[in-house]
Amino acid sequence: MSKVGVLFRTTAVRLSALYLVLFSLCAVFLVFYVTGMSERLLQQQTREGIAVEAAQIEDIYERAGVNGLLRSLERRARQPGANLYVIAGPSGEILAGNVAGLEPGLLDDEGWTSEPFHYRRFTDENRTGNHVALAQVLLLDNGLRILVGRDLQEPEKFRVLVRQALVVALGIMGLGALVIWFGIGRNALRRIDRMSEASTKIMAGDLSQRLPTSGSGDEFDRLSESLNAMLGRIEKLNEGLKQVSDNIAHDLKTPLTRLRNKAEAALASKEGGNQNGALEEIIGESDQLIRTFNALLMISRVEAGSAVAEMSDVDLSGILADCVELYEPVAEEGALRLEADVQPGIVVAGNRELIGQALGNLIDNAIKYAEGAENPLIRVEMKKSGANVVLKVADHGPGVPENMRDEVVKRFVRLDESRTKPGTGLGLSLVEAVMEMHHGSLDLSATEPDGKGLTVRLVFPAGVT
Amino acid sequence: MVTRMKILIVEDDIEAAAYLAKAFREAGIVSDHASDGESGLFMASENAYDVLVVDRMLPRRDGLSLITELRRRGIHTPVLILSALGQVDDRVTGLRAGGDDYLPKPYAFSELLARVEVLGRRKGMPDQDMVYRVGDLELDRLSHSVRRQGKEIPLQPREFRLLEYLMKNAGQVVTRTMLLENVWDYHFDPQTNVIDVHVSRLRSKIEKDFDPPLLRTVRGAGYMIKDDRTADA
Repeated sequence: MSKVGVLFRTTAVRLSALYLVLFSLCAVFLVFYVTGMSERLLQQQTREGIAVEAAQIEDIYERAGVNGLLRSLERRARQPGANLYVIAGPSGEILAGNVAGLEPGLLDDEGWTSEPFHYRRFTDENRTGNHVALAQVLLLDNGLRILVGRDLQEPEKFRVLVRQALVVALGIMGLGALVIWFGIGRNALRRIDRMSEASTKIMAGDLSQRLPTSGSGDEFDRLSESLNAMLGRIEKLNEGLKQVSDNIAHDLKTPLTRLRNKAEAALASKEGGNQNGALEEIIGESDQLIRTFNALLMISRVEAGSAVAEMSDVDLSGILADCVELYEPVAEEGALRLEADVQPGIVVAGNRELIGQALGNLIDNAIKYAEGAENPLIRVEMKKSGANVVLKVADHGPGVPENMRDEVVKRFVRLDESRTKPGTGLGLSLVEAVMEMHHGSLDLSATEPDGKGLTVRLVFPAGVT
Repeated sequence: MVTRMKILIVEDDIEAAAYLAKAFREAGIVSDHASDGESGLFMASENAYDVLVVDRMLPRRDGLSLITELRRRGIHTPVLILSALGQVDDRVTGLRAGGDDYLPKPYAFSELLARVEVLGRRKGMPDQDMVYRVGDLELDRLSHSVRRQGKEIPLQPREFRLLEYLMKNAGQVVTRTMLLENVWDYHFDPQTNVIDVHVSRLRSKIEKDFDPPLLRTVRGAGYMIKDDRTADA
């Protein structure tokens, strides 16, 4: 399709074309109406002037006779911008006056000429008169016919002028519209071209591409933005999926290898008691694998948002209290003190099981890593803060170095010092995924000014209470 | 056990079903096997089973629809759903369809066995006892009090519920997940030995000054409360 053809198919151009047509129709109507009205008004005024003069002339004839009338008409005809005066004989031949020629038969009937008529002046060169006038014919008692008229050149000029103005204006408008069409249409086309270009790249597999935005916030930008948000989500899901398969390939192979080695060793071992112990180890190892596997699946399911369907108003304070109660004896066994300051009655929209798992992970982490710390306190607090609910779990363990805080949230990332502790390396990843699903956030900081201790801060948007 | 429990395994993986049948037989449970949903439905409707173990994804009729259809026919045999899905929402849909318990794959057989036994017993005797007794230990569900040898033992509310659940299933293995699910009403993985710590606290309260020990740890499976003297007799 030709470039112009494509251009004409854009909505902007179609709309402006329609607009132009409608507007032109209105303008034409308006101009005709205005000129018509003013013409009629001018003719009215002309007729009135003629009528007055005709009355005067009749009056002069009655008082001063034919001679007085002739003198008066001569005087009047000489004045600049004079009206038209014709004195004709009974058969219509022109005897005197300032008109060179008239349409035949014009002087036959007394009264107003029915239409504006054409006449010829003495100054005109051609024989057909091209001046237009309006006149009244008087029939005197001696058979003379007097025509009193006025040229209509002025109103005629006015009409021509207005029509010219209209043509010029319409011309400018049309041109302007064309230019604007072209501008808008081309601009729109160019942006759409850029968008389809980007989509083609995305379809080719480059999910990091984004649709261009102009920054003007118009409908194209809004469309691009929501499509970009969608792309972001797809990219994230895709990455998650890829990461899961990478993780399965990499991080699950290690424990599987260990499992296999243990089984092999047990098989090779001759002692029955040894075998039993090995089998128990194998079961333990498998359980750990299953646990890792479940955690991985749970994270990707949470990230995919499929658990969103099971969201309802949940008693966050209650869940936190349950978790604290659940882990409190464990803390005690590790010579730690789990202290909770929880504002009661906080409700958020969420999934009870997932939040429970997330909070469990946090408290479990705190207990695991704070064991043996100088300050045995693990503090759990939650309160409403404006439109948010802020939940903190703070321990005084070794903490996480600042440069590793973003890292430890990632899947299977564990600090070297913590590798000896049991765990899947997925605890915080799950917490983060759960927080994201609840439109909340997770951040890590140090509990003590010297950088020791870990404080995990969760922010939930407050639900209805 | 006086009468042997009889169950139906509806599982399309023949090898897994054979393994389950063997393991159940060793635990003293007789099992039949159906390998698709339609024959599972037929067998469950024609024969009396104590428990149905139903895989969620089956050929010819999926597990959930099997359960819904059974319930529609007025058959209320307890059903345990096995599923490779096993996420929070899958559990909810499974139980909503009429399942009584839900176990995600992969599972430990001891976990499955413990749950099947609990389900099978639940069917036999409606739980109307107001007082549970194991040996000289007494738990009064109305007054929320626990006595041993006539001496009152003060317990925290959660410890009470823990003991209540154990005593309700006296003589049967109760796994850690079962305790977390039934006493705390959470289905998540607590990562560490939280349940063990709670049980050992409870144990110290009910056994410290008394003899014989009643609450024992079943290795690789969970816990069981039982009076050995009556059981041995």
